[in-house]
Amino acid sequence: MLAQQLTNGLVLGATYALFALGFTLMFGVIRVINLVYGFYFTAGAFIVLFLTRTLGWPIAAALPAAALLSGCIAIVIDALLLTRLRRVGAPELSSLMVTLGAVLALYATATAVLGPDIKRFPASVIGAEAMEFASIRITQAQVLILLATAVLVGGLLALMQGTRLGLALRAMAENPDAAGLMGIDTGRLAALVSFISGALAGAGGVLIGLNFNAIQPYMGEAMMLRGFVVIIVGGLGDIRGALIAGLLLGVVEVLTAGYVASGLKEAVAFAILVAVLWFRPAGLFGRAVARRA
Amino acid sequence: MSSLLVENLAVSYGRTEALKGITLRVEPGQIVCLIGANGAGKTTAMRALSGLLRPRAGRITFDGTDITGLRPHRIAGLGLLQVPEGRQVFAELTVAENLALGAWLVTDPSEIARRRAGVLERFPRLAERAQQYAGSLSGGEQQMLAFGRALMGAPKLLLLDEPSMGLAPILVDEIFTAIAALKAEGTTILLVEQNASAALEVADHAYVLETGRIVLSGPAATVANDRSIITAYLGG
Repeated sequence: MLAQQLTNGLVLGATYALFALGFTLMFGVIRVINLVYGFYFTAGAFIVLFLTRTLGWPIAAALPAAALLSGCIAIVIDALLLTRLRRVGAPELSSLMVTLGAVLALYATATAVLGPDIKRFPASVIGAEAMEFASIRITQAQVLILLATAVLVGGLLALMQGTRLGLALRAMAENPDAAGLMGIDTGRLAALVSFISGALAGAGGVLIGLNFNAIQPYMGEAMMLRGFVVIIVGGLGDIRGALIAGLLLGVVEVLTAGYVASGLKEAVAFAILVAVLWFRPAGLFGRAVARRA
Repeated sequence: MSSLLVENLAVSYGRTEALKGITLRVEPGQIVCLIGANGAGKTTAMRALSGLLRPRAGRITFDGTDITGLRPHRIAGLGLLQVPEGRQVFAELTVAENLALGAWLVTDPSEIARRRAGVLERFPRLAERAQQYAGSLSGGEQQMLAFGRALMGAPKLLLLDEPSMGLAPILVDEIFTAIAALKAEGTTILLVEQNASAALEVADHAYVLETGRIVLSGPAATVANDRSIITAYLGG
């Protein structure tokens, strides 16, 4: 029973981590809290819904296409809303307000166009039957989520720590002006980071959509609150922190629901946020954004 | 050897005019210094020259190319590099990583290695500290790193913003020795300093900036003997 609960908690936590990865990357490098991020998540799920249900694509082709398209949407949104604010050095609150307005408009438009009802992927997209290992039941979608989270976290860390591009991104995270003086095209890198985080959000939307098989326009909004808990507890801009905080949050929620009361799991999640900020204002895992990124 | 021509450069922050139209010229191979008190507009001028601030009016010409309003990475790409005020090394990156970033625009690994060897020979301290975080270095070491980082980009013209700021006198001497050595190797330099006497000693030509305007210019030796300069900046 406990092993099953822990597994469920890890899978749920992996979805939180997966969702938060791009969000924390975006904040870590371009120093912007972009609330439209949740919409990229919704967009990814709906793009795959369209590709699989209407065009009959297999998920293996639809998933990368959705990630790519979500990334492109993110570049456009960033260029339209945030490039100007960055150039005039607007405070973080401005980007918060601009993106809050934009994301509410986008959700409302999506609801008007696509309808508020919950949609499902065609049954053929992914097997629903669960596998059993040592009395722990786990579905294909759940395995996919665990794998994708591991691969994407590993890939991002390798990019940030092991490549020249990652070095430039870490420099830009710390001091964009000085990075510009080195000849780094910070505008282009900002667009690249928007693309990567949009693609991560889109892929996350698809995988989490597969897991719960419930697609509706506001699905990104529901994840956004958890995303905040994860990136704040993990430390803004901290990729490893996001992974650990995501897994912790998932396990705590599942254990609270299983052993205390299911109605309390959200109360516990947000109480953790408050407690962490109270004792460690920069997040559980310290402050160093760039060094840890 | 490179030259820089600044004509009627004006920069504003909102409604505050920080530079009210300054004109200055840096001839190939010269060290030109821009001296002035805190708040005179020296750093504003440097940031505008590197493209970090957009001028409200005026023109900047580097080696015959109009670079007014270009983005910072384009200006750096032309070989106009800056050691910014307060050094601005990447504190959370290692010394080696800071140097690698200085050569961001260079793709040939053997060229990068050659420049790195040159920088480490000039500043042996940096070799000892290669794997340390730049933030853990002393002020003088950080200034050497900021210098070395700019030299990794093989500057044609180097902008130095207050290289002596916050350094002990012995380190100030070391920094100015390095500046003189760079000049001897043919690098053109525009030097901004509050330490007027040290700057005037190495410079060929000097401009004096006061509240956004050039109030005096001339050969460094002449400016150094100007009575008003002696009273205002040289503690006479």
